[in-house]
Amino acid sequence: MYAFDYQRPDAIAAAAAILSADPEAKALAGGQTLLPTLKQRLAQPTALVDLSRIPELSGICATTEGVSIGAMTRHADVAASELVRAAIPALADLAGMIGDVAVRNRGTIGGSLANDDPTADYPAAVLALNATVVTDRRSIGASDFFRGLFETALKEGEIITRVDFPKVEKAGYAKFRNPASRYAMAGVFVAKTAAEVRVAVTGAGQSGVFLWTEAGDILSSDFSVQAVSGLALDPSNLMSDLHGSAEYRAQLAKVMLKRALASITG
Amino acid sequence: MNASVSSSVTPIGAAVRRKEDHRFITGKGRYTDDMDRPGQAYAYFVRSPYAHARIRHIDATAAKAMPGVVDVLTGADLATDGLGDLICGWMIHSKDGSPMKMGSHPALAKEKVRYVGDHVAVVIAETLNQAKDAALAVEVEYELLPAVADLATATDGEQIHECAPRNTAFEWELGDKAATEAAFARAAKVTSIDIVNNRLAPNAIEPRAAIGEYDSGDEAFTLWTTSQNPHVARLVLSAFVGIAPENKLRVIAPDVGGGFGSKIFIYAEETVCTWAAKKVGRPVKWTGDRSEAFLSDAHGRDHITHAELAMDEAGHIIGFRVHTRANMGAYLSTFASSIPTYLYATLLSGQYAIPAIYCEVDAVYTTTAPVDAYRGAGRPEATFLLERIVEKAARERGEDPAEFRRRNFIKSFPHQTPVIMCYDAGDYVASLDKALEVADYKGFPARRAESERNGKLRGIGLSAYIEACGIAPSAAVGSLGAGVGLWESAEVRVNPTGNVEVLTGSHSHGQGHETTFAQLVSARLGIPIDQVSVVHGDTDKVQFGMGTYGSRSGAVGMSAIVKALDKVEAKAKKIAAHMLEASEGDIEFKDGRFTVAGTDRSLAFAEVALNAYVAHKFPTSEIEPGLKEGAFYDPTNFTFPAGCHICELEVDPETGVVEIKSFVAIDDFGEIINPMIVEGQVHGGIGQGIGQALMEGVTYDEDGQLVTGSYMDYTMPRAGDLPSFTVGMTQTRCPSNPLGIKGCGEAGAIGAPPAVINALTNALGTEDVPMPATPSRVWAIAQARASRLAAE
Repeated sequence: MYAFDYQRPDAIAAAAAILSADPEAKALAGGQTLLPTLKQRLAQPTALVDLSRIPELSGICATTEGVSIGAMTRHADVAASELVRAAIPALADLAGMIGDVAVRNRGTIGGSLANDDPTADYPAAVLALNATVVTDRRSIGASDFFRGLFETALKEGEIITRVDFPKVEKAGYAKFRNPASRYAMAGVFVAKTAAEVRVAVTGAGQSGVFLWTEAGDILSSDFSVQAVSGLALDPSNLMSDLHGSAEYRAQLAKVMLKRALASITG
Repeated sequence: MNASVSSSVTPIGAAVRRKEDHRFITGKGRYTDDMDRPGQAYAYFVRSPYAHARIRHIDATAAKAMPGVVDVLTGADLATDGLGDLICGWMIHSKDGSPMKMGSHPALAKEKVRYVGDHVAVVIAETLNQAKDAALAVEVEYELLPAVADLATATDGEQIHECAPRNTAFEWELGDKAATEAAFARAAKVTSIDIVNNRLAPNAIEPRAAIGEYDSGDEAFTLWTTSQNPHVARLVLSAFVGIAPENKLRVIAPDVGGGFGSKIFIYAEETVCTWAAKKVGRPVKWTGDRSEAFLSDAHGRDHITHAELAMDEAGHIIGFRVHTRANMGAYLSTFASSIPTYLYATLLSGQYAIPAIYCEVDAVYTTTAPVDAYRGAGRPEATFLLERIVEKAARERGEDPAEFRRRNFIKSFPHQTPVIMCYDAGDYVASLDKALEVADYKGFPARRAESERNGKLRGIGLSAYIEACGIAPSAAVGSLGAGVGLWESAEVRVNPTGNVEVLTGSHSHGQGHETTFAQLVSARLGIPIDQVSVVHGDTDKVQFGMGTYGSRSGAVGMSAIVKALDKVEAKAKKIAAHMLEASEGDIEFKDGRFTVAGTDRSLAFAEVALNAYVAHKFPTSEIEPGLKEGAFYDPTNFTFPAGCHICELEVDPETGVVEIKSFVAIDDFGEIINPMIVEGQVHGGIGQGIGQALMEGVTYDEDGQLVTGSYMDYTMPRAGDLPSFTVGMTQTRCPSNPLGIKGCGEAGAIGAPPAVINALTNALGTEDVPMPATPSRVWAIAQARASRLAAE
């Protein structure tokens, strides 16, 4: 680890001021990606701006549309939240499947989204549920938020404050874990509203999380496992590595879609 | 078990809890990295980022000027000080009689680097961070050479060592070629197989570490290091590297957190720390991180093999022919040459009466980390090969693999195989029968049908393994090229108050010696187990020792203790005879008491111990005072643990996920000192064996870069990946050592991989399933199977 300054402001504005003044400073949320990166000397920020003492960044509340989750809310808290479970049970389930116990007790939803790891779980939920990422400056729709591998619409120094999830009729998530890292090799989130079905896939795409529009379209007219039994995902934009080919990931996405649907439709 | 033993004694065979665990579980273990020496500086190694390159120039000027830097040392400094290379201590001769081609292996590279992670320079600084910062400032100019990362094509690649054309260290053979060819000529059926035995990273929980210290007053060095055999480390560093004479070098291996073989070897890091301590006049500490462990711990396995099995009409195996290419990595590590030769080919007869065997092994250099012993060391490779080809042969004959094995089992002992080994005892039918019963082998078809109804593919696979442990009779291994003898030493020191210290040349790094060795003494001397301390891992305390590997600590290390205990008892009897005013021949020793036969006159062991030191009641002209005896034990043979493992598993053809439904291990380890510890060893071994079969595999890319350099990509088995094992025992006593012990440390890692792959090939209906059988690979095979079935 290289030396850095450590700051722990107690207000969003103060944090934003430090981050804007110093482009080399980095916001520290749960640190589950950032700290290992620092330990391996793969990053050298001038300062870490710890967001954990800013009260308005944490907590979960019910809204008229659904549920709002503060950016610094830990995965374990989302998994255990009655409010989340009442509004979108699949989202609580997803949070309970992230990493291991230690990661869930430290990692945060805001940190996960800002990092936008292509194998992270939350991006699939945010995209499929068409959630809104609220920052200290604006609101960003899910479809505009994710921009590729570790790339989001966030500007320099912009801080996610909360994520607003609209309630849906039905939702389900299934993932296949990478045997080594246990990150998603294919994670599929299915969300059904009165108007449409959205299917998001994480872990498999070359450019990170993406909407599987073909699956969404079919399920919008016939919401059943049978409806997608003949569906295949085009592997040409999927990742290929030591752990599996693009074709394998396409297969996994298909199986996870079926399993996510089965978890909803019984 | 002796029912008359008093309750304060822990008998052999008792499943007592491990004495050392309280220390370990409460965080009070003392590992090398827990030690800090006054004035200590920190070493950080500049490692090669390239697989193969010539070093044109190293400029450390800028690095030396960085804050906190004490010194930067390179191979040139090693040469200036006249230090020798790291060595390989087992000489193998090629078929043509020529000695193996041992490429120069300096602790810091001189002209060339030969793998990613190879040691180029060491930076020594006040803090580790300063050393790391300065390491980035060491300018190394490389002339890149083509990497030789692929074992299959390595002999056609760029030459890695000047002395080794075609990158070949040796081309070795074992067995009777003519007899084997004759067997094949008259064979009714021949089964052939091509096997890749995947390369593994050892992954001890504690990474390697070292602290070198130099006392300029005594002109003596001390090295604290993560070693399975500190005396061997001292011997190599003295006699070959030439750092200091043995009497001026103390090596301490304190608590060590796992080794699996990888801490047998003498590496560059501890060599450099020791040497540098004098050079810079400060203690020098290095603790490897996990990335360095993946890069530079010696890896295991890595074979490519073609083999053929000849059978007669009735299904008797009549010949076995093997050609193996073994990856040595960039340098010959300390015992590397013995692994794919005498620890491999000598086990190719397995549990079977095979009249003719011929094996050729080509040992090949590649620009990858050195490959040496890893849990099982050669024997897993032999067992995997043999148990796969036997399974395949049975299937090709349309015969139950269990029955094919049974027909070919060795059934009388001793049995001389055609590949050196003479098996002393065993009952392979017994372990097979018990395993078949425990696994409900007969009920498999019904379970398979049930799986099929659920869309799953179910398979069952056997492995009847044998291993050679208790390494090894010194003269025998000497005749095969070993540079050392493989006996063990022990010293039993009885204190005046009757408690005991056992000094042993074995080293415990997870095996529980502090318990089992104490159990042996407790049972023998009739004293409570907590009155026995086991001292190991320090060359200043223990006179000499060959260390712990090859499941030798029980069979060899404890046998040395038995010999020392024999001497203690003999001397104590003499003293007791004087104290009891009886003749020595009338003294009986039992349950911790010396008794005059046929009388009620007796003395407790502690009374005799005290008198040995007080020396009031015996003539010291005849009997020396004190009660302390040492012994060296040289085994008369290897030991031959054997057993039968049965794996039953289910494949999800949609995802390729393999779920092990049951794993039965029936092992014959001879006499058991502590069944709980033995069970733990079996569990750990099976975990590693399943890891090799389904998860683990070191991968280099074509440029020789390590792809599996962290746990993000190297799949370690987790508890959730493994079923609850069903372990059981059969027992034939080992006739070759006084305790009848065979050894248990490696059995799981040897027996499990073929059992798993035989089950998987059974489930998938193809013999071609590579290790590790990861979900993506299994899915592809299941897909091909589905297409094949659809076409039929």
